[in-house]
Amino acid sequence: MYISGFRYRGLTMAVPANVLALGMVSLVTDISSEMVTAVLPYYAVLVLGLSPLAYGLLDGLYFGVTAVVRLAAGHAADRWQRRKLVAGLGYALSAVCKLGLMAAGGSVGLLGAVVAADRTGKGLRTAPRDALISLSASPDTQGQAFGVHRAMDTVGAFLGPLAAFAVLGATGAYDVVFVVSFAIAVLGVVLLVLYVREQPPVVVPVPAVRPRVTLALLREPRFRGICLLAAGLGLVTVSDPFVYLLLQKGTGIAPEHFPLLPLGTAAVYLLLAVPVGRLADRWGRVPVFMLGHVALVCVYALLGGGAPYWLVLGVFGFFYAATDGVLMAAAGPLLPAHLRTSGLALLQTGQAVARMLCSIMYGAAWTFFGPVPGLVVMGAGIVACLAFWKVVR
Amino acid sequence: MRKALILAVTLLVLGGGALFYAVRAARVAPAQEAAFDLARPGQIVVRDHASGFVRGSRTRCERFATAAGTGVCLVTEVAKTYAVVVDRTMKQTRRLHIAGIPSRARVSPTGRMISWTVFVTGDSYNKGGFSTWTGILDNRTGYAITNMEEIPLTKDGRRYHSADVNYWGVTFAGDDNRFYATVSTRGRTYLVEGDYGRWQARVLRENAECPSLSPDGRRLVFKKLMPGGRWRLHGLDLASMKETPLAEPAHVDDQAAWLDDRTVMYAKGPDVWAVPADGTGAPRLLVANASSPTVVR
Repeated sequence: MYISGFRYRGLTMAVPANVLALGMVSLVTDISSEMVTAVLPYYAVLVLGLSPLAYGLLDGLYFGVTAVVRLAAGHAADRWQRRKLVAGLGYALSAVCKLGLMAAGGSVGLLGAVVAADRTGKGLRTAPRDALISLSASPDTQGQAFGVHRAMDTVGAFLGPLAAFAVLGATGAYDVVFVVSFAIAVLGVVLLVLYVREQPPVVVPVPAVRPRVTLALLREPRFRGICLLAAGLGLVTVSDPFVYLLLQKGTGIAPEHFPLLPLGTAAVYLLLAVPVGRLADRWGRVPVFMLGHVALVCVYALLGGGAPYWLVLGVFGFFYAATDGVLMAAAGPLLPAHLRTSGLALLQTGQAVARMLCSIMYGAAWTFFGPVPGLVVMGAGIVACLAFWKVVR
Repeated sequence: MRKALILAVTLLVLGGGALFYAVRAARVAPAQEAAFDLARPGQIVVRDHASGFVRGSRTRCERFATAAGTGVCLVTEVAKTYAVVVDRTMKQTRRLHIAGIPSRARVSPTGRMISWTVFVTGDSYNKGGFSTWTGILDNRTGYAITNMEEIPLTKDGRRYHSADVNYWGVTFAGDDNRFYATVSTRGRTYLVEGDYGRWQARVLRENAECPSLSPDGRRLVFKKLMPGGRWRLHGLDLASMKETPLAEPAHVDDQAAWLDDRTVMYAKGPDVWAVPADGTGAPRLLVANASSPTVVR
């Protein structure tokens, strides 16, 4: 397998080879992790005999761990200026976890621990990887670089479930899915080691990196503004499963097609990631990020109004294309190179914590008032955040 | 050049290793035993835990139950799930496309009412809730309800409405009309008693899941959520409504089945165990490496 960038010269000129290499690593790794994601509920219920309620409990308690790990990983990567190493450790940990799923046997506690370790690996690698992308691209092409990376990443997310069910169909054995997933994950690590280069390549004496220095990043008004905006909007961003559940309930899509709904969003995200990233480079990244959240308000309205599923998925895909990579592209250039990982980790953690709080609140609101009142509140919250940002800026 | 070589070797090793493992692990269907008869009284029919085949047959099921010469086999084939009704020779008589991951399956004592629960989850390690779909098939008329969540429900003497109701774990009485099940709503689970003919249900008590009605129709055994998130089997006398914890102290996550009028059996880990249904005695290993047990009466 060649890294496509070396072949397509036209694209290579615009997109640094390092970004393509990181994209390839993410593509391969996502195939591996989405394979497991697709079959894990089947495995837990059919092979381990968990009831749905027990399966629900398996999850969700480890969030705090990953948040701390993410911050620590960002700090470590900056302290030693070893972004590639820290990211590599994260990829390697997740790869080993694929075998851990088999080793966990019938123990629910062990399975939960392996899932948590897998997430820890994701927490380790995300910020250093995004810092590498950010440092590999010039400040004026950040949006495009993140767009290319996210598009490649999403291709992997697309292929994963297909690969998993192909393996399952051919062998009928879940452990084969885990073994194949492990092999693919190892390939991802090897690709990282061989083709991703540390950025900046020359290690110059850097100022000491301490937690206090990282927090001082928040004194920089523009970065602080983006962190506040992302966290504020995170508090009113209903998490994906709720969106798909609402969509399924609203449109009466057969539950067997339920797992396909995220693929619809992914398809749109995949197609739009690069053009919207380029648009963000030209128009400004924060305006596009805000436009993405206007789209999210539309998603809520469409869900509440019972719009056809393809429209909801399309607008939701646009929301992803205009926010996920674009936020990193907006924040990256504001951070000094030697603190970029910890800065991005801080931003991502703030957003993730806010979204998690939102999930809890929205879940409670759904339970007591039904799905729609919560949506109205969340939509109003987004509008308020966007308006507040316009005013204070 | 060196990098390409390393990559090529890696691909070869990883691909070869995965392929070797896959070929070794692929399942081969066994031949059905000539004497296999689902209706032979006294036998315990089980699903082989490791291979998934109903023991003695060449039918693979995720969940299996049988009564009066009728069986129901919930099977998942490449992300599609079917409820397959079989006769005493395991020949398919009906096949329903149901959606979701098989969780529970039951056949009423007469072999007429067939029920199942599947559960549906979203993407990525289940980030937010699940929903269960419980279906009931009248095997005589062929009429099937794929999701019973619309059944009118009475709680505390009043009609209960909530968008979030989920049902699971149905068990039918010998009259093919009265049934018991679990309903979950607003974070709590309740035992309900249902009337199939009138199509209504009422809440009996809180915290009782996956009920199983005794052959004489007088006792229920269900799993009750204990502090610390573990389930423990409990018995309930329907006349006195007196509840008794069974002598199985371990965590059990299964819909129990009745071995005889006094004993229930259930999957614990990879094996089937049995324990008296009145709280006395001690659990004993009944069938190793098995699940979905049913006694043929």
